[in-house]
Formats: sequence, structure tokens, C-alpha cells
Amino acid sequence: MNEALWALGRGTGVVALLLLTVSVVLGIVTRSGRPLLGLPRFSVTLVHRNSSLLASVFLVIHIVSLFFDSYAQLRVVDFFVPFLGAAKPFWLGLGTLALDLMLAIIVTSLLRRWIGRRVFRVVHWFTYALWPVALAHSIGNGSDGTSVWFLALALASVVLVAVAVAWRVSANFIEFGNARKGETR
Amino acid sequence: MSRERRPAATLHIDWTLCDGRGLCTELLPERLARDEWGYPLARDGSGGDVPLAASQLEAARDAVALCPRLALTLRKD
Ligand code: SF4
Repeated sequence: MNEALWALGRGTGVVALLLLTVSVVLGIVTRSGRPLLGLPRFSVTLVHRNSSLLASVFLVIHIVSLFFDSYAQLRVVDFFVPFLGAAKPFWLGLGTLALDLMLAIIVTSLLRRWIGRRVFRVVHWFTYALWPVALAHSIGNGSDGTSVWFLALALASVVLVAVAVAWRVSANFIEFGNARKGETR
Repeated sequence: MSRERRPAATLHIDWTLCDGRGLCTELLPERLARDEWGYPLARDGSGGDVPLAASQLEAARDAVALCPRLALTLRKD
């Protein structure tokens, strides 16, 4: 039973991280207001939203399965308060931190119509902290964290996000950006 | 006015919020075009309050939910 829980906890953690990477990259890319690889803008936004919601589902399974796994020695307080863990408190703490950020971002996203745009935007910016923290947690805490296949995946994710961020801050990022600045194309 | 022509609802665009990201123009191509800066423009010249036929309500609801700037509201007439 423990083996199964542990395997489930590992697998779902990896999937959650990959879904999060997809969501982060699409979130950055869709900010440009452009369609992506033939996907219309609203589809990009939908995939962005749904991949993060799916990531939270996997995150819940990840946490619950490891809670019932005796190796991980998780307590309820470790869900919410970082760096108190019995095993690898620092790396586990990063996971807790990521969960707290994720909760804040998901809740404010679902409620954005009611809490107002400013709160939604400010909290959504925390994603730039959430993603690296989650990645560090998976490398430092995961039993596969330092295996070659996982590091290769992690590296590919970092490259993807870095490319998206580089494009985000580049001059030609915003569609119609030139027209809006009154420049000739 | 014939039945089909009477608007079922109005889509209100708040220009102070809109950033011209073009999602609504994709979802409601029969109603909205984009100006030369990418901002949505009612095809019938109705400005910021776009009348919708019943068949466009579904797409309009999606646009309201997905507009990244929360610039759209749907008003039932
Ligand atoms: S989806 Fe929203 S931000 Fe984008 S063009 Fe339409 S109203 Fe403006």
C-alpha cells in the first residue's frame, strides 16, 4: 500500500509540475494578444486556465497520497506552514510555499470577477515566484528529482519558460504594439 | 422590426479597461471587427454597446468570461 501511495505521490507531482509549466508558458504567451500556432486566442486562454486547474487536481492527489504515505512523514501543518517538516524541511517547505501561492492564485482567478482586477493581477504575478519554487521543490524533494530523465525534463521546462519570458520583454511582443506606439511597421 | 432583428442582449465594452487582446473579436466575428490598433469595433457602428442576436449569446458569454481585462459585460434587454 505504501509503495502505491508513494508512486502515486511521485507521479502526480511530476504531472502537476509539467501542467504548471504549460500553464505558465501559455499565460505569458497569451499576454501578447496573439494566436499561437494556429490556436485562436480564446483557446490559448482556455488551455491556460484548464491546465492550471488540472495541475491543482494533480497537486491535491500528490499531497493527499503523500500524507497517507508513512515515509514522507507529512503532517497537516506542513500543508500550509512551510519549513516545519520532519524530513527534508527546506525542500518540503518550498513545496508548502508553492501550494500556498497556488491556492492564492487559483482562488483569486476563480473570483476575479468579484475581487476586482487589481487584486487578481497582483496575486497572478506571484506565479513568477510559484513556478521556480515548485521546480526547486521537485528537484530537491522528489525521489526522482536528480535522476537524469527528470533533470532533462526540468531543463526543457526552464528553457521553455525562459524563451517565453524573453519574448515577453522583447519589443515586438504586443500585437499591434507598433501601431499603438505610432511607429511605422 | 422583425423578431430576429430585435437584440436579445447588449454586449457592453468598457473602453477604459479593454486592451485590444482580440478574444472577443474572435468569438463574435459577425458582430465585432478590430480597428487598426487591434481594439474591438462594432460592425454596425453601435460603439461600445453591441446589440446581440439570441444565437450570439453563447459566444458573448464566453467572451465575457474569457476577456483577460474583464472589460465586457452582458446586459439583458
Ligand atoms: S477580449 Fe476584452 S481586452 Fe480583448 S479586445 Fe475584447 S474587450 Fe478588449
